[in-house]
Amino acid sequence: MRFLLVEDNQNLAMAVVNRLSLDGHVVDHAPNITTAENYTSTTAFDLILLDIMLPDGDGRSFLKEHRKQQNNTPVIVLTARSEISDRVGMLDLGADDYITKPFDFGELEARCRAVLRRRAGNGTNAKNIGNLIFDPLAGTLTVGQKTVTLRNKELRLLEVLFGAPEMIFSKPKLVDRLFSYDEDVSENAIEVYVARLRKHLDGSTVHITTVRGLGYRLSLP
Amino acid sequence: MSTTVNSSYSIKRRLSLQLVGSAAILATILFILVLNFARQVSVQSQDNILTASATSILDSTSIRSGEVSVDIPYSALSMLGNVSEDRVFYRISAAGVFLTGYSDLPDSKTQGAEQQNAELDRSFITAQYKGESIRMVSATRQLSVLGEPIDITVSVAQTRNGQSEILAQISSTALILGLGFFIISAALAVFAVQSSVRPLHRLAVSVSRRGPKDLRPVQSPVPAEMIPLVISLNSFIARLKTSLARSEDFIAEAAHRVRTPLATVRVQAEVVLRQVEKHQNRIALKEMIRTIDESSRAAGQLLDHAMVTFRTDHLERKSFELADLVLDLAERMRPVAGMRDIEIAVLTCDHSQILGDPILIQSAVQNILDNAIKYSPPDQTISINVQSQNGSISVQISDRGPGFTNNDSARLTERFVRGDNAADTVGSGLGLTIAKEVAKAHGGDLILNNRQQGGGACVSIYFPS
Repeated sequence: MRFLLVEDNQNLAMAVVNRLSLDGHVVDHAPNITTAENYTSTTAFDLILLDIMLPDGDGRSFLKEHRKQQNNTPVIVLTARSEISDRVGMLDLGADDYITKPFDFGELEARCRAVLRRRAGNGTNAKNIGNLIFDPLAGTLTVGQKTVTLRNKELRLLEVLFGAPEMIFSKPKLVDRLFSYDEDVSENAIEVYVARLRKHLDGSTVHITTVRGLGYRLSLP
Repeated sequence: MSTTVNSSYSIKRRLSLQLVGSAAILATILFILVLNFARQVSVQSQDNILTASATSILDSTSIRSGEVSVDIPYSALSMLGNVSEDRVFYRISAAGVFLTGYSDLPDSKTQGAEQQNAELDRSFITAQYKGESIRMVSATRQLSVLGEPIDITVSVAQTRNGQSEILAQISSTALILGLGFFIISAALAVFAVQSSVRPLHRLAVSVSRRGPKDLRPVQSPVPAEMIPLVISLNSFIARLKTSLARSEDFIAEAAHRVRTPLATVRVQAEVVLRQVEKHQNRIALKEMIRTIDESSRAAGQLLDHAMVTFRTDHLERKSFELADLVLDLAERMRPVAGMRDIEIAVLTCDHSQILGDPILIQSAVQNILDNAIKYSPPDQTISINVQSQNGSISVQISDRGPGFTNNDSARLTERFVRGDNAADTVGSGLGLTIAKEVAKAHGGDLILNNRQQGGGACVSIYFPS
């Protein structure tokens, strides 16, 4: 996915860009409103992450202008302000959602997914491999004629594996991706979700292979 | 917000009392003056007639062949009858010897006459006679009998029934006059007091009717005497406005300054965690992230709590549908709940309106829902019921978490107190405090329970509908 990050704090911006790149997203960074407007007028983004306090103005005025120009790109506001009235105001101005700094990337991902699901119709992002259709936005997996709705953890595990086929993911890495940091989960929990996914993938040409002592990988035909 | 003000006295009451009191004194003086004057006039007129009568009798006395002869003229007594129906008595004596009339009439000389007229030798007395009050005039004339002077004294008396009747009439008229005067001036006084106090009242109403965020100076015209008050009120409002704006800016600025670096550290820690393999380093990084979450959550809730306290002090009420707010909130929290495969189900949805501050109520419900998500085990459902009964509307949020211990229920809504079952979860101990304060500010309540079947906590927040 292609993100536009509008954030004036250089350190935070770089960290977010790095973090999103790790998940294979493309991120453009605009440190102020002028740059952000240049970006939006020339490039189509899947999602805009917008800070509120910017050096050349208020993120809210950008948001207003953005919606006035009939630009439908979803916007998630990153706010450091604590006043609830302020956050509610964001939604009135046309933001799709907001998240308070500092944010958990898991939550940011979940919110992005929810916003995109609301915006886009189902099926647009579906991946098609052999007799398998995987729609990460709708959270559905179709094998042959059978469609199942994946639970959140199953969906995210499958997304991670699909993001880099044939690559080996260790259990601790998978735990990081699937669980938030305040959950104390044993690495064996991963086995439960792998088992469930294997059941859903039954009958397709895609398999989850166990690499003894190292982790799991997704094997394509 | 209720504040007590020391009231030394009421201008209105004091001024009314003073004015009405003066009116009463003036009315009494008026009454007494009129009554005295009337009494004097009536006594005077009775005296005049009595004198005229006595004089005319005296005029008709003569000496005939050495004897005193009295021929009482008819008019002398009839003129008295003209005035009233009162009985008339008379006595004529010569040189102290009783001649004719009522011999037992009091003696004008010995009884001590009250009003002597030396020239004409007349005296007036008021006395009791035959059980009635009489007014008597005595006049004396010297006649010469056989070359020797003799004092002829004529006393004419009249009962005073007619006079006191007239006096009673006049005094009741005077009383009505005084009362009327009193009532009219009291009414005028009250009116004057009210119209002079009205601008004060109007100012008070216009200031107290303002919304919590209306900090404009007072501009409506006021009487000259109130200008110093309004000037100091306006300068006070201006100071309040600056200090409020400063503290709001400070909170926003503080939040920004604290949260942005925390966010940077957190994201960088996450990036590093993805690249680090060594078990010990990973544990340290995770611990770091947890600590960042804890401090940012605490900072956020402290700021939220400050905001809630500020807003509950100046409650801004507006009518809206509680169910809408809850549905929006449930929708917003679903992605977070979904991260742990937790469902949020709104089971019953009563569409009654409530009157309150939606921002505060949203904050309260969000804190309860946050808790439910935090403490719920994965793969469970959090159920929400919006119900109205007995004049109150409630949001009931139930989870399948560890619930409350008996010890918890009473003290969990106190600041920074966390439940016995909360040891492993990030939290600041302010969530339920905020919810409780919001409920109380709206005249509602927050009730903590455990679920009857299947376990878990059930938190209900009530608002009057």
